[in-house]
Amino acid sequence: MASDASPLQQTVVQIADDHLILGHRLSQWCGHAPMLEEDLSMPNMALDLIGQSRSLYTYAAEIEGLGRTEDDFAYLRSDREYTNCLLVERGNKDFAYTMLRQLYFAAFMQPFWQGVLAGTDKTLQGIAGKAVKEITYHIRHAGEWVVRMGDGTEESARRLQAAIEDLHPYTEELFLVDDARAACIDAGVLPSGESLRQPWTDTINAVFTQALVEVPEITYPMVGGRVGKHSEEFGFLLAELQYMQRAYPNSQW
Amino acid sequence: MVNSADSHKVQDTLARATAVAAAVEDPELPFLTVHDLGILRDVRLEGEVVVASVSPTYSGCPAVGVIEKSIEQALQHAGFTAKIERVMSPPWSTQWITDAGRQKLLENGIAPPAEQSAAKPLLFGARSVCCPFCESVDTQKVSEFGSTPCKSQHRCNSCREPFDYFKCH
Repeated sequence: MASDASPLQQTVVQIADDHLILGHRLSQWCGHAPMLEEDLSMPNMALDLIGQSRSLYTYAAEIEGLGRTEDDFAYLRSDREYTNCLLVERGNKDFAYTMLRQLYFAAFMQPFWQGVLAGTDKTLQGIAGKAVKEITYHIRHAGEWVVRMGDGTEESARRLQAAIEDLHPYTEELFLVDDARAACIDAGVLPSGESLRQPWTDTINAVFTQALVEVPEITYPMVGGRVGKHSEEFGFLLAELQYMQRAYPNSQW
Repeated sequence: MVNSADSHKVQDTLARATAVAAAVEDPELPFLTVHDLGILRDVRLEGEVVVASVSPTYSGCPAVGVIEKSIEQALQHAGFTAKIERVMSPPWSTQWITDAGRQKLLENGIAPPAEQSAAKPLLFGARSVCCPFCESVDTQKVSEFGSTPCKSQHRCNSCREPFDYFKCH
């Protein structure tokens, strides 16, 4: 991301990157899900997220005003230019891991979009109006699975516990407020990072209580994605995501 | 009287263009028009150009592009110069589906969206949907997600028929 991008553009790209990358991760389950319902649900949620990212990238390009399109942002940047949080790029591992990752993210985005709706940016409000309804489905779907797995068999509970231990430290980055985001919060466009923590914690606590699992303390927060420092597996994800545009430049649907 | 005649002509053009745009079918639910679905927000004239504004149902609905193209082509075939505008705000809601649209959904075996109750638990709170075939409320959800982003899958315990539910959104 060019450093001369406006705070609003930088932040919109961050949010768009979160949605594109998590959408791509979910889409990787297509044809591999443990049951037919999930083979439908994960691509469906992926579609919601990728659709939201398209609207956000289009808005970022509009703010920038240099004639770039959603495709330029999604397909033609290098790994260090993506500013998604690390949580969303974590590999799918197993079904427990995927559902927990989804719950962590959706529980954050629901109050986030509600805050945007109460904010001052008309375009973001339009995107938020749709997204807030979609994300409520994601919370319910992922949350119900977390409960089933936590309160399920010995094996499902073991897998969920392992997922919590691995993923929980990545949730801290969701609440990170950098200079660009702080400017958007000051301008009344976005809700403050701290105002999102309580609703997120409430959702996670409610689900975890039903799932018979504990919310761990974070001793070492895993951050870096917001400044373009990604994990090794992110490179593999991008290679797959960008393949068509790199192999056939400027191809269009 | 020239002005009045002109204004009459403009109104006539607008009425014809609106009728053409409103009659376009949804590609996934071809028994519904864009008017039935409530996604055709407005048709107006900007000089000679017919501008139709359309709202997407879901953010990632792949049908949106097809619908916009279909409306544009329908207007062009009817002899208009057409332009399509995408309107995001306020967001489309299932409450905008017309009564005729709801009736058509029912006739095609899809339960129309029900009003949402205010107090819904966070998890496991899905309501029972009325079967579009036998009207029994003894039904169960098979999958929260269905063949398109707007539908979920259910099964009737009375008549044993599977059916789709157009999710309240």
